[in-house]
Amino acid sequence: MKTGMRLASVTCATEVMVVRAADVALECGGAPMVEAGTDAAPAGAPASGLDAGTELGKRYVHAASGVQVLCVKPGAGTLSVAGEPLELVASKQLPSSD
Amino acid sequence: MNLIMLLDMVAQADPDRIAVTTGDRSVSYGELLAMAHELAAGIGSAPVAAYLGENSPEAVALLFGASVAGVPYAPINYRWTDAQIAEALDRIAPLAVLADAGCASRVPDNDAVRHLTQVPGGSVDGAVPDEESPAVLLFTSGTTSAPKAAVLRNRHLVPYVLETIDFLNADPDEAILVSVPPYHIAAVSSVLTSVYSGRRMVQLITFDPDEWVRTVRSERVTQAMVVPTMLNRILDVVEADGLGLPHLRHLSYGGGRMPAQVVERAMALLPDLNLVNAYGLTETSSTITLLSPDDHRTAAASEDPAVRARLGSVGKALPSVEIEVRGPDGVVLPSGVAGEIFVRGDQVSGEYLSHTATEESGWYPTRDRGHLDADGFLFLDGRADDVIVRGGENLSPAEIEDRLAAHASVAECAVIGVPDAEWGERVEAFVVPAEGGAPDPEVLRGWVREALRSTKVPAAIHVVDELPYNETGKLLRRELRARLAVTA
Repeated sequence: MKTGMRLASVTCATEVMVVRAADVALECGGAPMVEAGTDAAPAGAPASGLDAGTELGKRYVHAASGVQVLCVKPGAGTLSVAGEPLELVASKQLPSSD
Repeated sequence: MNLIMLLDMVAQADPDRIAVTTGDRSVSYGELLAMAHELAAGIGSAPVAAYLGENSPEAVALLFGASVAGVPYAPINYRWTDAQIAEALDRIAPLAVLADAGCASRVPDNDAVRHLTQVPGGSVDGAVPDEESPAVLLFTSGTTSAPKAAVLRNRHLVPYVLETIDFLNADPDEAILVSVPPYHIAAVSSVLTSVYSGRRMVQLITFDPDEWVRTVRSERVTQAMVVPTMLNRILDVVEADGLGLPHLRHLSYGGGRMPAQVVERAMALLPDLNLVNAYGLTETSSTITLLSPDDHRTAAASEDPAVRARLGSVGKALPSVEIEVRGPDGVVLPSGVAGEIFVRGDQVSGEYLSHTATEESGWYPTRDRGHLDADGFLFLDGRADDVIVRGGENLSPAEIEDRLAAHASVAECAVIGVPDAEWGERVEAFVVPAEGGAPDPEVLRGWVREALRSTKVPAAIHVVDELPYNETGKLLRRELRARLAVTA
């Protein structure tokens, strides 16, 4: 995994961009994600319990490893590392100043 | 993360969304990304990509094209003289420079400077810039000294965007009017936040109040940023025709001290508008403090003089930024006491090509003077170099200017220190008459004396037709000093 790399889910439409890389394997819907653009075989629907979905434009973080991704295409699966769901990062929205 | 990744994401998610409107020309996010790659191909092996020209879609594309090529983008002030442009380019050469039609002939002819041309269909797989890579080289405005080239790295620019903007969250009808020139830090940061949120940018080639108002109405602009000298002139136009600015929801201002009277006038004339005052420097990647729309309304409605005074403040530090005010001995001062403003945070660079001004602890001395109030609102007094030292007493021009500007006969004013044999420096003022007003120096001296100490009363008050500002609204005090030096 490298910063700036795009990863795609094999269980749903989710696609993310890696904002901060870490030496872990990212999963979506319970299955390992693949580099976007590669023709990976779909692996069915997201696993039960890992099907809460992803939201366009939201950042997700795995606190233990520090890996952070941004959802560039939403889908039905939950992002996780070793089965542990990533957390949504709340943005600190400011009034537009420029 | 780097700049091109921001555009990449938006262009892939919604390529047909309009990114830039300039006159009759519109460029979508997909086209903007393609332009960035074609310009990157034109940069070739040059280590810097400079831009010399007015606002254009190409200027926006080159900011990202430079990132594709893995080199910094350096917008140059086209209002400089040919000699100043040559000198600035020489300092950051070797480079490739993209010049617009009006500026192409002003690019100096030498081995270290190459004309950059867009390569149709071109693309490069350059070295991917990392967070340490310089993303933008920006010359400071140089109101007090010669312009310096500030270095802004990806790590100064990108986290702010990721942390404060939700990706692609702009409503389809949102449009921002960009009227500051491309070499201003506000133009750079506005491009980054607009692109990431998927907002349409409407470019005004050069500022003119009638054209600004006309464009806001015809392009249904929802937000805009202006510098202080622009706002009063815009309000004149809006007041004269009484048609308002129906689509404009947010107006931010910054880049210099804004008289409280102008802010109050804007609030009275356009009560539904959300006003934001932003304070920032080139070296801090733009905004570090904000006076929010709610802060404006609370202050305007308050009976408490301390709260009401906040209309004249630049607001509070961003959550990601720390501010402290220090005395001449470096000791941190309590609230209410003026000194030099220091700032620290991820977006703070303070680095120039020649040296870094940032302390090892991360604190950057802004060379601006000011104080914080008890609730953390920052009040600016001006540049530290503008402080007038009269008989050992430090006087802030801002306080005297605020008093003079509050007189009905005065439209604008400036206060400077003039070398004086007896006092070291004495206070002198320049005032521009308000419409129909006839400022009387003796009356104004009495007006200042009524509110402030006698040491702050200007020894001389010069009535002039206009004050010298640079094109982004910064008062050029050194020109006023030079004017008095000549007449003395």
